[in-house]
Amino acid sequence: MEILMAFVIGILFMTATYLMLSKSLLRIIVGTGLLSHGAHLLILTMGGLKRGAAPILGGNAESYTDPLPQALILTAIVISFGVTAFFLVLAYRAYQELGTDNIEEMRGTEKDD
Amino acid sequence: MSSLHLAILAPLIVSIFIPLFYKIFRRIHTGWFVLPLPILLFVYFLSILPITMSGKSLIKIINWIPSLGINFTVKVDGLGLLFSLLITGIGALVVLYSIYYLAKNKEKLNHFYVYLLLFMGAMLGVVLSDNLIVMYAFWELTSFSSFLLIGYWYERDKSRYGAQKSMLITVFGGLAMLGGFILLYIMTGTFSFTELMSQANDIFNHALFVPALLCILLGAFTKSAQFPFYIWLPDAMEAPTPVSAYLHSATMVKAGIYLVARFTPVFGEHYLWFWLVTGVGILTMIWGSVFAVKQTDLKAILAFSTVSQLGLIMSLLGAGAAAHHYKFLDENIFTVAVTAAIFHLINHATFKGSLFMVAGIVDHETGTRDIRKLGGLIHFMPITFTISIIGAFSMAGLPPFNGFLSKEMFFTAMVHVTEMDIFNLETWGILFPVFAWIASIFTFVYSMILVFKTFTGKYQPEKLEKIPHEASIGLLISPAILVSLVIIFGFFPNLLSDSLISPAMASILPSLLGAGEEFKVHISFWHGINIELFMTLGVIILGVFLYQTLSRWKPIYKSIPEKLALNRFYDFLIEGVQSGSYTFTKSYMNGSIRSYLVYVFAFFIFILATTLIGKNAITFDTSNVSSIGVYEVILAIFVVLGSICILFAKSRMTSIILLGAVGYTVSLFYVLFRAPDLALTQLVIETISVALFLVCFYHLPKLRKFETRMSFKLTNALISIGVGAVVTLIALSAHSSKLFDSISQYYVENTYKEAAGKNMVNVILVDFRGFDTLFEITVLAIASLGIFGMIKLRLNRRKEG
Amino acid sequence: MRKTNNIILETAIKVLLFFIVLYSVYIFTAGHYYPGGGFIGGLMTAGAIVLLLITYDIKTVEKILPVNYRILTGIGLLFAIGTSAGSLFFDVPFLTHAFGDVQLPILGEVSLHTATLFDLGVYLVVVGVTMTIIQTIGEDE
Repeated sequence: MEILMAFVIGILFMTATYLMLSKSLLRIIVGTGLLSHGAHLLILTMGGLKRGAAPILGGNAESYTDPLPQALILTAIVISFGVTAFFLVLAYRAYQELGTDNIEEMRGTEKDD
Repeated sequence: MSSLHLAILAPLIVSIFIPLFYKIFRRIHTGWFVLPLPILLFVYFLSILPITMSGKSLIKIINWIPSLGINFTVKVDGLGLLFSLLITGIGALVVLYSIYYLAKNKEKLNHFYVYLLLFMGAMLGVVLSDNLIVMYAFWELTSFSSFLLIGYWYERDKSRYGAQKSMLITVFGGLAMLGGFILLYIMTGTFSFTELMSQANDIFNHALFVPALLCILLGAFTKSAQFPFYIWLPDAMEAPTPVSAYLHSATMVKAGIYLVARFTPVFGEHYLWFWLVTGVGILTMIWGSVFAVKQTDLKAILAFSTVSQLGLIMSLLGAGAAAHHYKFLDENIFTVAVTAAIFHLINHATFKGSLFMVAGIVDHETGTRDIRKLGGLIHFMPITFTISIIGAFSMAGLPPFNGFLSKEMFFTAMVHVTEMDIFNLETWGILFPVFAWIASIFTFVYSMILVFKTFTGKYQPEKLEKIPHEASIGLLISPAILVSLVIIFGFFPNLLSDSLISPAMASILPSLLGAGEEFKVHISFWHGINIELFMTLGVIILGVFLYQTLSRWKPIYKSIPEKLALNRFYDFLIEGVQSGSYTFTKSYMNGSIRSYLVYVFAFFIFILATTLIGKNAITFDTSNVSSIGVYEVILAIFVVLGSICILFAKSRMTSIILLGAVGYTVSLFYVLFRAPDLALTQLVIETISVALFLVCFYHLPKLRKFETRMSFKLTNALISIGVGAVVTLIALSAHSSKLFDSISQYYVENTYKEAAGKNMVNVILVDFRGFDTLFEITVLAIASLGIFGMIKLRLNRRKEG
Repeated sequence: MRKTNNIILETAIKVLLFFIVLYSVYIFTAGHYYPGGGFIGGLMTAGAIVLLLITYDIKTVEKILPVNYRILTGIGLLFAIGTSAGSLFFDVPFLTHAFGDVQLPILGEVSLHTATLFDLGVYLVVVGVTMTIIQTIGEDE
């Protein structure tokens, strides 16, 4: 399973990178979304998959899966939500002000501000 | 939390409420709310005095980061208490003075007092912290508050220039000092000063001794404005005068002195310490006094004079450190240098503080501080004149004021240096008394300029902006208190000797004291007819002569360029760094996000791939993998298909929905991988995210009629395939090689024992790794405020633009 | 947002909303023992309010729930910082939590944690942040 996941993660990273290198602002944001999915799965996979029960004490489980990656990912999910939202609004405002979502057209030099 | 900690933190806590006081009680000067605090603290520190007088010290500890040896340890000994009394005592007077100096309806008092209290707390922290790292933090905080106070009138160019200069120089020194602390930590394994002292011998023989010494001295010299770093202090005079009196003469600039005094037990025996501290000190003294004569601005004279006097104290401390080589207490003639240093430290605070306040009064009442425009004010401001003449005579070293006593002792100490038989002093030692004497003559001259050019001579009303009159009583109280101290300490110096000087000496020269012993300090006016007396007489005679002939020889200064070489070097450096970094940055920051991302990803591939190959880290091991189920394969296919489809999606809507689909699939993965918390969170987040995306793009007009598919680009494709490949390799290798044992067993075992919870993930979040969560929610709050600002505040911006 | 006219949604939401909020509160309080906690609870509550926003328009929702979400965020942060700093007054390092079993009327013996107060801070911040974001964008014309 870990091997399969490694390739899934690789593909997620690949598509994310390709999207982020494009010119459209929205695609860049979608790319960051994919990138964070990839990163979360990567952390989870590194900790080992499906070993033992869910990390909640009380059952009669002999072993538990590693709780630490899960805690880290939980933090990461929420943070990436905040960042995505921020980025999205930034794009939205840029769109309104500049009338474009093409980052090459947004490119500014010091002279024009 | 002991009362000592509270005393240090009290100014910081009160500062939070200052803006409130300012807003609510507009009609009362905010300073009145601040004033009780330093007075209370002063009384509090006075109550500790009996403890340090009996040779003990007070230690209170709050564990902060025990695992790194960083604890908020407060230690009050003779030296620390002396400084605390100075900080709070002068602080109270300065606050009182500022109430009358800064008009309540014109100035930004809320800013001013917040900065001032910030400084007060930070400075108390510096002198009372026993832990080097905590002390460093407070040390930098004093630099910051000094920066803010110098830049208080930030609309002025010169204020900003001065603020930046002081910040750059003192923070540079602070960083060097941090380096020194870390070197000490490497040598001893502790950040505690008390423990450091007990290992002084090991440190002395360590290879890192000299680098640590140099680093720490760099910190002290920049802060205390020693040659050649003094250049920031004259520019710092752009701050309001109460600040100059407080920070830039009485307290903050003495932090360097404090540091040198503190570290004398550790470094004092080394010849480099003696030569650097004494040599740089005496050089600074002569340099500062010579250039003080050249100045025409009252505050500039005082600034250079402060530089010079700091050099004096520094040189005394250096000379006193040499007393370590003579391990006997009785008849140790070299300890007089340390006595003089501490005594002069107190005296300097009194007379220089009063002189700064006088300069402020003159500025306040006449509108100028230029001695070429001033003159004849004695008839208008008799009280101010009396105050200033006492202060200036004390500074010049004239009897019967306290400055005379410490100046005499200074000469004694410098003469004793010639008697030392260490460090080649037989040959070079004679230079010290000679330099000291010359510097004292110039000190005499500028002290006279300060008083007589301002208050006597020709009255020039046409050059003044206002009609001068005596200052209000409120402005006069603080300097009057200070000069009465000048007189009291002058007549009864032994008020200080047992209470403050002797305990402080015990902190600086502990190795000379046996158990239960203490330094016997007795300061007297008359030492008999000796060389010091003739030196003082010579200073007075030559000083009077030079002052009388000032107009003849002052033109010599004109041959010195207007901007000193050091200042020019500083400006050149700053400009060079600015333009250099601008050109450098411009060469690769071309404004295109795509290029930046290309840099990031290319570097990502490069660094990870080379590390993986270089460290031989690529391993592939299938022995420890878990089974593959049908559901998981289906989910994996979904994720892969979904993400690839986004690449080919034409419309925004399709890609958003596809992203949502991938997100939901990932949350199903979490279910299968036994992470219920993650699955729940991911599901809800995904829902809200999609809603957010849709809300955002609901309003937007379609810019182009036909949305196009992404065009294929080879470089982009290559880079992204590279990233994907590297990540896959990392995932495989990370799984196949287990270098360390996982720490997760700790959580499994302790979740119920330590935190009484059963959901490990949640317990880790709120308890074991609570700091992460705390900062995370802070980041979230900031992000939401950012979004709020971006959307709501643009109307204002448009109006301005 | 435009005023929608969807009777089914409007009727369903009145019932559902109650359950979602109740469930989110349950998930929040159960967090220490079972899956859940401040993050999930907060997000779910926010999700419920978003659902309300989709069904009705912003002005109606503001009338029902006159909450300033930015201040809610601030209160949450204060809760978290306060709980963390509170430990300093007991001479233990920052963020040390305490717990104990307390006998309460009606509920019987309950295990109480200061960690829950911290989690309450997290909960409030998450609700506040999410709603601030959605509301500001939604209000923007």
